[in-house]
Amino acid sequence: MDAATIHARLKARFDAAVGDCDDQAKDPSIAVVAASIPDVGLFLRDDPELRFDALMNQTGVDYKAKGLIQLVYHLYSYTHRHTIVLKADVPRDAPGLPSVERVWRAAEWLEREIYDLLGVTFAGHPDLRRLLMPEDWIGYPLRKDFVEPEEYHGISTRRESLLR
Amino acid sequence: MSLLNSMPEMVLTTKADEVLNWTRKSSMWWLLFGLACCAIELMQTQGPRADCDRFGAVPRAAPRQSDLMIVAGTLTLKMALRTKVLYDQMPEPRYVISMGSCSNCGGLFQLAYSVCDGVDKVIPVDVYVPGCPPRPEALTEGILKLQEKVMREKWLVRGAAAAPAQA
Repeated sequence: MDAATIHARLKARFDAAVGDCDDQAKDPSIAVVAASIPDVGLFLRDDPELRFDALMNQTGVDYKAKGLIQLVYHLYSYTHRHTIVLKADVPRDAPGLPSVERVWRAAEWLEREIYDLLGVTFAGHPDLRRLLMPEDWIGYPLRKDFVEPEEYHGISTRRESLLR
Repeated sequence: MSLLNSMPEMVLTTKADEVLNWTRKSSMWWLLFGLACCAIELMQTQGPRADCDRFGAVPRAAPRQSDLMIVAGTLTLKMALRTKVLYDQMPEPRYVISMGSCSNCGGLFQLAYSVCDGVDKVIPVDVYVPGCPPRPEALTEGILKLQEKVMREKWLVRGAAAAPAQA
């Protein structure tokens, strides 16, 4: 099923919660209102003609100039072998949206990673802790305005060039 | 090593320091502790071809039984604190081999936000083995270099009671 058809089905089901469809891109994407992501996800997963049973990847992008963080969901259907990308915008100063962990279990660590690196909080996530950075780390490294601290627990993060 | 200076009655004469050092270097038990891809070469070093058993270096699964820590792989900041704990649990005298570019200086990942630029920022290192990753031969050479260093230590000299300075 192609992106335009999927978009039409979502539009018919969710109306205002579903935005535009970009089907010119290599990976066609559909904009979705952040608060409706789990409902849209459940529908995409359970509808017999869509059957998006796999969350291949979930990530976030920091658009500092626009003041928003965009969550990106790459979905795949093993049953029908079609793909779609969902995109949801959240405000950069208070990023938060419902978790899709109850829709796709794969989201558990992916959302922990996004929380760790971008500071997005996921409501309803069972275990929202940092994944890659130390537990007591301050700051979110993938944000565009992240400044690396000088040291961490006495370990300097600076190394003078060995070539000098 | 003058331990082979044997008399017909099979008596060996040597210096006490040298016997101590000889026993230490001949049973260099290392901590089974791999952090990244270097750990694969570390396993190969223990395997039948490179076989570092020949030099008395065998893996131990617990830091409290180990003399040597081979830091094999990228050290993240999260792991750096845990590495310090493991090192603190090892009984003295203890030695550290930094294996590969990552644990020497951060390597390829030096500028990453999550990587500690070299294990020497956390614990003292005796031998640095370059390579990405070093071949088993290189690590074996590192173990032999460490054995040379061990043989030079003076444990019984008055005033040098504390463990010798670790480079």
